[in-house]
Amino acid sequence: MRNFSRDSIMIDTTDQTKTKLREATVRGTSFPHAVRFHVGFWVLLVLLLLAIILATGAGAVRIAPRTVFSILFNHSGMGHVSPTWLPSDEIIIFRIRLPRVLGAAFIGAALSVAGVLFQGLLRNPLADPYVIGASGGAALGSVLGLLLSVHIKVLGFGAVPTLAFLGALGTMILVYQLARVGGRTSIVTLLLAGFVVSVFLSCTMSFLLIVNDRLQLNTRIIYAWLLGGISVTHWSQVGAIGCVVLVGCALALALTKSLNALALGEECAEHLGISVERNKTAIIVLGSVLTAAAVSGGGLIGFVGLIVPHSLRLLFGPDHTRLLPLAALGGAVFLVMADLLSRVLMPPTELPVGILTAFCGAPAFLFLLQRSKREYRF
Amino acid sequence: MNAIQLSDVSFAYGTHRVLEKVSVQIAASERIALLGPNATGKSTLLKLMSGVLTPATGCVRIDGRDLRAFPRKELSRKVAVLPQQFVVPFAFTAREIVQLGRTPHLHFLRGARGTDLRAVERAMELTNTLQLASRIFNELSGGERQRVMIAMALAQNPEILLLDEPTQQLDITRQAEILDLITDLNLREKLTIVAAIHELNAAARYFHRVIVLHAGALVADGVPQEVLRTDLLREVYQGSVEVLQLGGVPVILPMPQVRFEGNGS
Repeated sequence: MRNFSRDSIMIDTTDQTKTKLREATVRGTSFPHAVRFHVGFWVLLVLLLLAIILATGAGAVRIAPRTVFSILFNHSGMGHVSPTWLPSDEIIIFRIRLPRVLGAAFIGAALSVAGVLFQGLLRNPLADPYVIGASGGAALGSVLGLLLSVHIKVLGFGAVPTLAFLGALGTMILVYQLARVGGRTSIVTLLLAGFVVSVFLSCTMSFLLIVNDRLQLNTRIIYAWLLGGISVTHWSQVGAIGCVVLVGCALALALTKSLNALALGEECAEHLGISVERNKTAIIVLGSVLTAAAVSGGGLIGFVGLIVPHSLRLLFGPDHTRLLPLAALGGAVFLVMADLLSRVLMPPTELPVGILTAFCGAPAFLFLLQRSKREYRF
Repeated sequence: MNAIQLSDVSFAYGTHRVLEKVSVQIAASERIALLGPNATGKSTLLKLMSGVLTPATGCVRIDGRDLRAFPRKELSRKVAVLPQQFVVPFAFTAREIVQLGRTPHLHFLRGARGTDLRAVERAMELTNTLQLASRIFNELSGGERQRVMIAMALAQNPEILLLDEPTQQLDITRQAEILDLITDLNLREKLTIVAAIHELNAAARYFHRVIVLHAGALVADGVPQEVLRTDLLREVYQGSVEVLQLGGVPVILPMPQVRFEGNGS
């Protein structure tokens, strides 16, 4: 068997080509890109910690960021600072604030990573985690949860988030099955099926809302759910969402090479040795589970899965091996900050966080779009 | 042993039969042009060779091994494909595109290593694309893009390179550039080349063996001087064609059907 390049790389380098190679390595993009990635990663990680501390301190009872840091430091077991704060501060932080802030971080990461997965799979930078029907399914699930007034508790989640999770997941499985013809999944069919099923489900939901008198009383809850708002209040919920999100992100990292190859189209990916169907299934299932986890804890929060991957792609390039970890951190930072704003902008009213993500997301998105139009050329 | 061997291969999209009992043997380091009018199954034949499609009957062997028994990843270390259309939705740089050619060589958790970077470097050097490395792929010209794509295929470190219409939509100089590059890769790197091509004159000049498909069947196979004859081309292309000889190379001209009456004065 011939091994032409493997050998000739070593043998065939004359002085001239050696110089060329050296020049190219210096000029090449992979090195600066890698540095950029590492800087970006650490910056985002520090930003995430700062955002968590800031968000944990803010609220009706203001706790200084330094105090929050000291309290968390004491509990981390890494050292001890003598308390200068009220015991109630500690209770507020651990019982109320921190579960919510961490919930927001996990939900943001889940939405952002799901965005990267769906955009890569659908080869469309405008795809959203909700695009293949999750929103319709989740909304219907939550309405059913209210309508049936079942009192169940799954890992600290009530009927509404649980049924929203099942609704999102079930819808995406249905859409995927509908789009699957003869063992293959066409992307166009997937988008169409997702759209049609979404419309059907949201109409069913509207129908139920109008028909059911009992529900009329609860429309406020439904409304809040549809606009999005972090409803993580217990540590058990943080644990459940956190586990799903962390495992999901780890699995997504293993799919990044396939995502890169899939960006060139399915046939090209196959030429590059990727088992296309198996990888597509994995990406859809993973994206759906992440979206469903986010929906169960935060309702329908738009724009995170769109704006975060986009901005990061413009800053760090489209290579998924770098984009995915950055998107997880970036999504977490974004949603923690948005949730913080939603609580402090108009106290005591808590704005739905979905409104804020749209308010921040849309202009930022348009700004980036304006600045770098080349990303969106097809 | 043959690099590629097709025995009695038939293929149909649904009920539409595309290829009917095609048998071809291709030895290592051959340089072959696949000819034929539109929709005669040239692309399908290439897809059968690359394993993207599986024949309905018959069998395709690469290095004597049935493609059905070839693991996807292993196959893509042997066979690289230059597709007809290539749309990249994101702003990948040329170098990142070439690096994707290393996908079949990467461990699924590890990133690129020294050997990968060297293979990318060499592929870009062979295709004269190093100066394009940090440019955005989508912003390159047609000819540059084609060269980057060939570099990506070379980064796969293949023994066989399949090309689907490598010169379409390129001007005459760019066409020659790509064909020179392909020929060079065949002669110097001993790559086996199979290219589906529309340009009959390019096929006659650059390839040492041409295979003509017509209505899903193989109708001629041999050196260009013997295959590209007036009678055969008229029958296959259903039109009026004239073949001239220019220094031993056939030159094919389509003959106009309109009469230029009173023209030119």
